[in-house]
Amino acid sequence: MIPLSWYLIVAALLFCIGGYGVFARRNAVAILMGVELMLNAVNINLVAFWRYSVLLNPNPNMPFFTITSGWAWAIFVLTVAAAEAAVGLALIISVYRRRNSVIAEELDLLKN
Amino acid sequence: MTGEQFVFLAVSGLTIVAGILVVTLRNLFHAALAMMLSFLGVAGIYITLGAGFLAAAQLLIYIGAISILIIFAIMLTRRMMQAQDTPFNSQAGAGLLTAVLSFILLVFVITRLWRNEIFDSPPEVPTAIMNQIVVQLGADFVSPDAYVIPFIVASMLLLAALIGAVYVAWPQVEDEA
Amino acid sequence: MQIDPIELLVRALDLTILAYLREQFAEQPTALLIVNIVIVLTLATVPLLMVFVVGWTERKVLARMQDRIGPNRVGGRYGVLQMVADVVKMMTKEVIIPAGADRWAYLSAPVLAVMTSVLLFAVLPLAPAVIGVDLNVAVFYVLAISSVSVVAILLAGWGSNNKYALLGAFRSVAQLVSYEVPMILSILVPILLARSMSTIGLVEAQNIPFIVFVPVAALIFFVSSLAETGRSPFDLLEAESEIVAGFHTEYTGMYFGLFMAGEYIAIMFMCALFSTAFLGGYRFFGLEELTTTIMGYPFFVGNLIGAAALFIKSAIIFFVFMWLRGTLPRFRIDQLLNFNWKFMVPLSLVLLFTVAVLDKLIFVWFPDISDGGRALIHLASNFLIAAATIEILRRRIQRQRRALEPAVVAEATPDLEHAHAH
Repeated sequence: MIPLSWYLIVAALLFCIGGYGVFARRNAVAILMGVELMLNAVNINLVAFWRYSVLLNPNPNMPFFTITSGWAWAIFVLTVAAAEAAVGLALIISVYRRRNSVIAEELDLLKN
Repeated sequence: MTGEQFVFLAVSGLTIVAGILVVTLRNLFHAALAMMLSFLGVAGIYITLGAGFLAAAQLLIYIGAISILIIFAIMLTRRMMQAQDTPFNSQAGAGLLTAVLSFILLVFVITRLWRNEIFDSPPEVPTAIMNQIVVQLGADFVSPDAYVIPFIVASMLLLAALIGAVYVAWPQVEDEA
Repeated sequence: MQIDPIELLVRALDLTILAYLREQFAEQPTALLIVNIVIVLTLATVPLLMVFVVGWTERKVLARMQDRIGPNRVGGRYGVLQMVADVVKMMTKEVIIPAGADRWAYLSAPVLAVMTSVLLFAVLPLAPAVIGVDLNVAVFYVLAISSVSVVAILLAGWGSNNKYALLGAFRSVAQLVSYEVPMILSILVPILLARSMSTIGLVEAQNIPFIVFVPVAALIFFVSSLAETGRSPFDLLEAESEIVAGFHTEYTGMYFGLFMAGEYIAIMFMCALFSTAFLGGYRFFGLEELTTTIMGYPFFVGNLIGAAALFIKSAIIFFVFMWLRGTLPRFRIDQLLNFNWKFMVPLSLVLLFTVAVLDKLIFVWFPDISDGGRALIHLASNFLIAAATIEILRRRIQRQRRALEPAVVAEATPDLEHAHAH
């Protein structure tokens, strides 16, 4: 039997790895990949909580929780991730065209 | 160790190891491949949780679309990749410290502060309910009592992202001069 | 656990052996695991072996279309063992890894290509009880797995360290990702009509094959499956005259063979999926439900008829694939993408919307309509959509021609005057 905390720890670890990628990488595409990992960690949490609480729903005190809550929100996270990747990569390509660089530190137009 | 636990450890090990490779590999193309592996591991985690539909969605959206998009971006901005001396910026040490500390904090919260007997093992869910969930999900997405507003907002977001991405990446003549 | 050898033999003959073994070992987890592994290996091997048959058939039929004889040396007059000889040749060839290649990416690409094709067969129903696994989201699974096959192409293109391979990979990915959209939209139409995403549910809903309901959706699905498998006229993936051999330019020996095998397996599956979604799959005028008895055990002879029906339907579709390959010239990449985004996607969106609204309205207005009536209404709406599409296309082309006309007239007139002057 797998306790819920195992899933939560895996998700936390993945979230922190993704966060490290966002903090430490120089390349904008790599930063985006870190963000994707973090979103995945969130999704693991959502689905794990759904699995361990599916029979507690529907709960009259929380009318917004149905047996599909975890899935629905996981799919919304997927949607947001897709939109974010599309816009983020379009920005990166646009920046690359203008500045010939995708290193986040070198994009300092606003500095001076 | 039961079979379930073994499978869980295998897929989450894959997810974590591939995740570490994503943030450490020097070659960005390899990092993107590792990211695909990590997504595959997450799909496996969904299957251990009984969410096969989400696992398929993970494959379709994350591996089939987002990863491909990222690899395209890497290839299109390729010249910069090889000139790079180090993949990490000056705050890498601080970033590592933050990540480790927040992980310790999260583990502390999960295992010590926040603990409940009912979450020690997954509840036995009747197969009929499990099979009903995809159907229920479709109904809930368009039901005013459930998720119709988030659903419409999500579709607007996708449309906005589509138009925005095309607009932002559109080559502008005056820039090239 | 006692297994009666005669019953096992009967189950093997009528193809229900998978379900039978699973039932027998349901109580023993370890044995069940082994049985499942054996089932998976069998299901994965059969399509790989079918490649021999399909490859030989295609070469023979294409040769006949081009007024040649085709393979005729190995294995008798008809060259039936030609593919075996080819595989032996490929196996004995050296595997060359180009200098500067990305070793891991280069070597894992062909494996991934075969894997994604073989995995599809898990949800293909040969008969009601003869299926790898009856997922309730089988069609979604198929779409998910086939979207992963793009990764193999990218890996091959990048890993080869060859500009033709990379260009080929870029093209292929653009093509595959684009044509996935009309494919998904058009396969949603039978899903809507059947109210089920499982492949068995799709087949069971087709008292009248869905191609009668929605021929336009079937056509869109057929064209996009041609593009998805990289068949002519969409064979830009390996346009020899332009980009050497596309993403697998650098591959030799059996690694190249794996790409070919993956391609053929995907084609076989697409034909079978078309039959399942639009032609009624294993159904054949109710004959697929026949049962008799052999030595005291029930013998589902219908399963064999069902499998044969599916095979024949798929073979007809595959023949059309070959026929098109022998007939049509290749698209240009810009024509290909324009055709997809400006024609296929809008048309399939309109079609999906029409079918969704119409099917709902039919059941609101005529709650107890027969399948035939429902089919007729959908067929009529499909004809309307097709007619409207053709009319729009006609006007568009007329406008283009009119825009060209002054130039044409100006070009043609001096010649005429010249001629008159003489």
